[in-house]
Amino acid sequence: MYTSITDRRKFIKKMAILSAMTAAATMFPGILFADEQEEGIPNGANLDWKKAPCRFCGVGCGILVGTENGKAIAVKGDPNSAVNKGLLCVKGYHQTMCIQSKDRLTHALVKKNGQYVKTPLSEALDIVANKMKETIQKHGKDAVAMYTSGQSTIPEGYVASKFMKGAIGTNNLDCNARLCMASAVAGFLTSFGADEPMGCYEDIDHADYFITWGNNMAEMHPVLFSRMLEQKSRRGAKIIDFATRTTRSSTASDRSILFEPQTDLAIANAICYEIINNGWINKSFVEKHCNFSKGLTNMGYGLEDNYKFKDKPSTIDFEAYKKFLEDYTPEKVAKYSKVSVKDIKYLAAIYGDPNKKVVSYWCMGMNQHTRGTWMNNLVYNIHLLTGKISQPGNGPFSLTGQPSACGTAREVGTFTHKLPKGVVTNEKHRRLAAKIWKVPYERIPAKPTYHATEMFRAVDRGDIKFIWTQVTNPLVSLPKTGRYRPAMEKDSCFVVVSDVFPTPTSDVADVILPASWHIEKSGLYGNSERRTQHWDKMVDGPGETTPDAWMTIEVAKRMGYGDLFPYSEENHVEEIYNEYRQFHEGAKHGMAPLEVLKKESGVIWPYVNGKSTQWRFNAKYDPACSNGENFHFYGKPDGKAVIWQRPYEPAPEVPDATYPFWLNTGRVIEHWHTGSMTRRIPVLHKAMPSAYAEFHPEDAKALGIRNGERIKVTSRRGSCILPASINERGLPTKGQVFVPFFDENMMINDVTLDAFCPISKEPDYKKCAVKVEKV
Amino acid sequence: MPIKSYLAHPHSGKKNELIEALSSIEQCEVVAAQNKDVIILVTETEDTNQETILKEKLDTIGSLKLLAMVSGFNTPQNN
Repeated sequence: MYTSITDRRKFIKKMAILSAMTAAATMFPGILFADEQEEGIPNGANLDWKKAPCRFCGVGCGILVGTENGKAIAVKGDPNSAVNKGLLCVKGYHQTMCIQSKDRLTHALVKKNGQYVKTPLSEALDIVANKMKETIQKHGKDAVAMYTSGQSTIPEGYVASKFMKGAIGTNNLDCNARLCMASAVAGFLTSFGADEPMGCYEDIDHADYFITWGNNMAEMHPVLFSRMLEQKSRRGAKIIDFATRTTRSSTASDRSILFEPQTDLAIANAICYEIINNGWINKSFVEKHCNFSKGLTNMGYGLEDNYKFKDKPSTIDFEAYKKFLEDYTPEKVAKYSKVSVKDIKYLAAIYGDPNKKVVSYWCMGMNQHTRGTWMNNLVYNIHLLTGKISQPGNGPFSLTGQPSACGTAREVGTFTHKLPKGVVTNEKHRRLAAKIWKVPYERIPAKPTYHATEMFRAVDRGDIKFIWTQVTNPLVSLPKTGRYRPAMEKDSCFVVVSDVFPTPTSDVADVILPASWHIEKSGLYGNSERRTQHWDKMVDGPGETTPDAWMTIEVAKRMGYGDLFPYSEENHVEEIYNEYRQFHEGAKHGMAPLEVLKKESGVIWPYVNGKSTQWRFNAKYDPACSNGENFHFYGKPDGKAVIWQRPYEPAPEVPDATYPFWLNTGRVIEHWHTGSMTRRIPVLHKAMPSAYAEFHPEDAKALGIRNGERIKVTSRRGSCILPASINERGLPTKGQVFVPFFDENMMINDVTLDAFCPISKEPDYKKCAVKVEKV
Repeated sequence: MPIKSYLAHPHSGKKNELIEALSSIEQCEVVAAQNKDVIILVTETEDTNQETILKEKLDTIGSLKLLAMVSGFNTPQNN
């Protein structure tokens, strides 16, 4: 690992300051340390400050990058950004430091006789195009696949979709947002018929209560959490942390309520039971704007290859739903959820109080769940039953993990079943895509193929013989990597990896393509609150580094699809965005023109008549509402949202005598996902150099494990050796182990289970059974 | 060679006075928040004995309301 700071004492002082800044940010929301931000700027520097969204999480903070003589010198929070108002977290401040890493991929590398050989990019792209073409000729178009990212820019995602679905004619395109947001998408579509949150971050300024569902916002969405804390201290707003583990978020909240993994399903239903039983239901809202439905149950968990599931929704009435909820009285649920009757009633009373505004926040805890779609539906049920939705300070809000999981993966649609507007199964949507892409309608297949997990299973089976990954590191981030690493090493599949740094995924590649980093190219991201943000290229990348969008275009041209990609290298971002905007024309999803995005620090869609729509489905704010009522859930044909009957079902693997602990995995504030960028930023790497396994002190005592001792975490799939962490950053409940997944040297995903939600196909990284031994 | 960081909270209206007082101490480095009444204080002393003496000195600063330690590191002297 490259370290540019040689003076250890100076470095430690820097770390001490950073620790204090992080602590201060938790205690004093909105706090700014401008002097410190600009401390590293050389005297007399004449910096050119340019705006961009942050490279890392889905909050989408605005940053200002100071450049001089073609180098990025400093980063500070953009005070004009409505998202972060000048504030940044530790990752945000230091993001550009990774660009200079000594092991940066600067040229294409092609594996020849087992060795990587530096190769001119043009030649490497010839190899990729020829191999892809040859694979299609020999094995058919469904033998090639692309796996992209919620960190791809909007133009990158768009050309990948057009290339695979419009040019080649295969739906073998999926992305790593499948691993983080697919349940949110499926939840929105089943409940509302339209993806993405109806509210925006301004809800924070209006809510009386924030209820976070399995969501450690203090570490994962620190700037938003800071904004919540500001409202806590200014207006007395309350934060309720509802989780399976005590974290920094819990300690900063007004109340921390812990539940047994998987029982969130039952508790959400118990809250609905209480709302109805106590007469807290908003009858007129429900009667006017909601339908009731149920779907199939006992769906399985997708553990077997080629698993298929299709839900069969059927309409029910309110009485049937009320009857169903009788299995979820607080008294019954308390028995297995480990949440007291009092606490369940307390949560229900918050939602049920007509005079309190409530926002529910969640991210991976609810999405990475074998019943993730159901869990999303259930929280929507709570808000729909009480009518607390689509109003300032009232609403369910699914937070995103990646910076453009919304903008690229969801809006552009880089999933196997998606198109830039709508889904491949819908003829009207296929016809629109064919028209804009200028391809024959018949070329876009009507059937989805492989979602992320199944795509890598297909690589293992030998069904996929060519795969190109961009902006992602699946051999660290997939569940059950112990199966998928050897799969990608097989000779049966030609692997192309496009990335900025070497990773365990690029280690198995046949061709490595050198990608431009964030500010070395122009681009657009879309954040959690439907805000699209543009940035201009600020610095040149080293060597032959090239934007992923342009590499895709070059390969498409080499394969004979040049007429579909008539973009210029200089202006391709603008040209692609203008083409893409056509998909979303209209009041329901209109995107702002590029000239507006260039001026503003982001614009929320739907952008109608020069104005952002902050609260969708509410006629007061949303010009797309047309039913003459106060609310119009226009994503559904009848304009009504759906309250779903979804039961509690257990996790596929639960602790037993041999594997007595739950394993929960997640992130830490210092690192971005698999650590390929942040572990190359010395200050962040030194602050959190390796992964660890958190235990409850009583479990540690029973096992004779002391803090820092090496322990082995083993599941039925694999094992991982890590240092024990007891009573340090987080505190799991008894019987639970928590391990962050950022460390490629401690591969916890060798241990996790590749079970997924049958509807969304999103894997569950939060629950499997493990044993723990001292080594 | 202990290095420690603290959040220093001034008495009401005494932030600038506290910045001045802390900045005048050789072993102290100060980063003041731009928009809140809190100051980051980083102390760097030769050994625990000197650290104790420094702590006593800090306790005499009238504008200091509360000093909350955030992190502590100890490094070998020759680094």
